[in-house]
Amino acid sequence: MNRDQIPPAASQDCREVFALLSEYLDVELPPEECSRLREHIERCAPCVEFVESLKKSIELCRKFQPDAVPGPLPEATRQELLAAWKKASS
Amino acid sequence: MARALMSGDGSGFERFVEHFRTKIFRYTWLMCGDREDAEEVSQETMLKVFRKFDQLDTPEHVRPWIFRIARNECLMKRRKSQFAPEVELSLDDFIPAFQQEGEHRKLEIADWSALPDQDLLQGELRDVIAGAIRELPDTYRSVVLLRDIEQLSTEATGQILLLSPEVVKTRLHRGRLALRKKLDAYLGRKQEQPGKEGGA
Repeated sequence: MNRDQIPPAASQDCREVFALLSEYLDVELPPEECSRLREHIERCAPCVEFVESLKKSIELCRKFQPDAVPGPLPEATRQELLAAWKKASS
Repeated sequence: MARALMSGDGSGFERFVEHFRTKIFRYTWLMCGDREDAEEVSQETMLKVFRKFDQLDTPEHVRPWIFRIARNECLMKRRKSQFAPEVELSLDDFIPAFQQEGEHRKLEIADWSALPDQDLLQGELRDVIAGAIRELPDTYRSVVLLRDIEQLSTEATGQILLLSPEVVKTRLHRGRLALRKKLDAYLGRKQEQPGKEGGA
């Protein structure tokens, strides 16, 4: 089947891609299931588009680091942490 | 750092405290959504970490072990402050609509290829991502934060949250789909703006 022959709605194969896509991208699927999904994606333009958008969204999350930093640690708390570590390590 | 501290060498103590205090602060800030709570949870977590330091079995487990303690502290804080009902995200809510263009099907989504790499994490988009993460229901947000922000493994995430690997995978996927949908809506709005200006 080429791209022109794909039916005009989310087919069962497309739905399966949507359902398993994170496991597919994280390489957590069994090899045979992974191959089956890859075969469908390669010939389905909407799935390619969706896969690329999810990949980019995950990439954004992975690069995202909140810029908020905690306030300075009060000296009394620092001493308390140090004392707790020394006690647990003794 | 953890290995040295476990052997009684305190030379890396300050670095260890600052590294994990900042990590836990950011995790709880995104979990609780409140700076003051995040400060409190990160300090309380570090105190528990050092009180129980002799219970850490190997240095390799330090990150999941600390996040497990942080997660519990976070839950206690939430119980004290507000009751957040659990929300279940359905896969069907995230399957985009299709449109027919001649003989071709097309998804009704924004053009993600138009997102330049250098703009990925600048200005407005950073705020959109932070907001989208905060809006995720708690059960999904906790998994996304550990798997995609902290980049912990499925197994380590399951150990921290007391979930099976299968549940971690399911929640991660639905959380990711929810984030993708929110970012897609943002990109769609951004892409509409230049067109309107250009047509005026």
